[in-house]
Amino acid sequence: MTAGSHTINNRQPFLQSLRHRSLWPQLAVLSALLLGSMAGAAGMGYIEVGYGGVVRIVLSAVFGGQEIAADIEPAARAVILEVRMPRILTAVAVGGSLAVAGAVFQGILLNPLADPYTLGVSSGAAFGASLALLLNITMLGVFSVPLFAFAGAVITLGVVMYLASSAGGFSSNNLILSGIIVAAILSAGISFFKYMADERVSVLIFWLMGSLAARTWADAAFTGAVMVIGTAVCFFFARDLNLMSLGTRSAASLGVDVRKLSPLLLVCASLMAAICVSISGIIGFVGLLIPHLVRSVSGPDNSRLIPLSMLTGGILLLAADTLTRSVLPEELPIGVLTALIGGPFFCYIFRKRQMSRMVPGGGQ
Amino acid sequence: MIRASDVSFTYGDKKINPPAVKNITIAFEPGQFYGIIGPNGCGKSTLLDLLCGHSEPDQGMVSYNGRALSAWGKKELARNIALVPQSVFLNFPYTAREVVTMGRYPHLPRFAAPATEDMEIVDSVLANCRAENLAGRYMTELSGGEKQRVVFARSLAQNTPVLLLDEPCANLDVRYALLLMDIAAERVRSDNRSVVAVMHDINLAARYCDHLVFMNHGMIRASGPTARVLDRDVLHEIFGVDAKLSMESAIGARQVVFLR
Repeated sequence: MTAGSHTINNRQPFLQSLRHRSLWPQLAVLSALLLGSMAGAAGMGYIEVGYGGVVRIVLSAVFGGQEIAADIEPAARAVILEVRMPRILTAVAVGGSLAVAGAVFQGILLNPLADPYTLGVSSGAAFGASLALLLNITMLGVFSVPLFAFAGAVITLGVVMYLASSAGGFSSNNLILSGIIVAAILSAGISFFKYMADERVSVLIFWLMGSLAARTWADAAFTGAVMVIGTAVCFFFARDLNLMSLGTRSAASLGVDVRKLSPLLLVCASLMAAICVSISGIIGFVGLLIPHLVRSVSGPDNSRLIPLSMLTGGILLLAADTLTRSVLPEELPIGVLTALIGGPFFCYIFRKRQMSRMVPGGGQ
Repeated sequence: MIRASDVSFTYGDKKINPPAVKNITIAFEPGQFYGIIGPNGCGKSTLLDLLCGHSEPDQGMVSYNGRALSAWGKKELARNIALVPQSVFLNFPYTAREVVTMGRYPHLPRFAAPATEDMEIVDSVLANCRAENLAGRYMTELSGGEKQRVVFARSLAQNTPVLLLDEPCANLDVRYALLLMDIAAERVRSDNRSVVAVMHDINLAARYCDHLVFMNHGMIRASGPTARVLDRDVLHEIFGVDAKLSMESAIGARQVVFLR
């Protein structure tokens, strides 16, 4: 580094140097951390089980040998396999998906402050879910609420993209503006539902604040599949996303089919976010915070940012969820916790950006 | 060779907006340095967008080496035509070297890392543009002129037979403006490439361009070898300004003084 790069890298020489190091060790460390925190989280709670116990329970479940975990009481085994593991896996998948979706939105919209919620996707999902809860729609069984949430998110995305589209494709400002307008209308609708809901308002509110409680293996499998497939699609186009950060004209002249790719990735990231919201309710700021954190340590290259964000998002949302589940005296809705941590962080980033614009030649 | 045949393009609603580019027919040959000159909003940048395939014409066709641009693969075209846009806007902390390396992406398979040869090209274009000292710095911290040099270097790293420049010297001090023009001219002379540059500085254009294209209201008003086409009549017609031209022997080119 030359003398010119003065702001961040002198303060954190080790972390900053990670952007020039190989990706694999970083992936390995984060994967190990993720597995460790999953095992740790599985053991924490009302019934405590040590690391070794958790590992043995999981091994016995996977390989079928009951004797490996014979000394562990069946209640602990049942709690871990049927209650905690689905919740933990869902937390990891939702955190990973939201972080990847955030990274992709920021890349396409060329706006480091964008995240899945900027486009109104979450409000759409919340609106759909509220509608299902309020009208007591149960024709689709237990899937009614997630399906309505999902439909709400997809319809909202369609409306936002329709509002923002012009002959020349999508502009970042138009998309964010449309997202804010649509989200404002939808939150007014949600407020109306809350007003109408009377005694059922508590169900609605808990859902709007996000919760990973009582997730099933089906939820875990569904969000897990979404995380893996969505991340794979985004990773496939990581290099094109890098080129798109130079602006659409430069990206096009470097061989990126911007007009096809940007709606494709927008839809992919929005679907990831929509499915997460339909399973866990609104969990804000993960998509904003995680890519930022990763970018400041490992650089803006999307072929690193996307996989690292997925792992970091999984770890941090799991940590936050475990905090509300087993450390705090009262279970706090996870969306409230992430907003309480993420909100001030958002302010910090925003302020730092403003400050960097005051430096001659800084910002834009 | 890039050829535009009877090309028209309108932004937005064709019933409301006038065409930005209207019935343009022109060919850009290898081994020639072309300058496009015209008042603000006359369709110069739109023409460049059409020439690199970023915009598709409403009417007419643009072809490269005899094949319509739409028939070329995007990446294939990116190995043949590079564009340096007018304004550079980067919101993420890529280093200048990373941005220049992006010029090699069209030459690399999707998941392949740049090879030693690519990095040598990156180093050499950085050195050509005297931007080695910028290499490790973040684009978000560079000044407008420094960014422009890095983006110019990026287009050189793309190593294409055709280079489209949209006001490449707009933010540069005179030393770097001359340096970049020298580099572009050298590529035209020795590698038989073509350079098409939108220029605002008419004296710089008169000095470097073999061929000038004067545009106004989306149409070509005059086009031909610089020595033949650049005169006070065309300048008066295009810009409504009186000018005096004289041969400047020190650089072997005609230069313009604007009177009023």
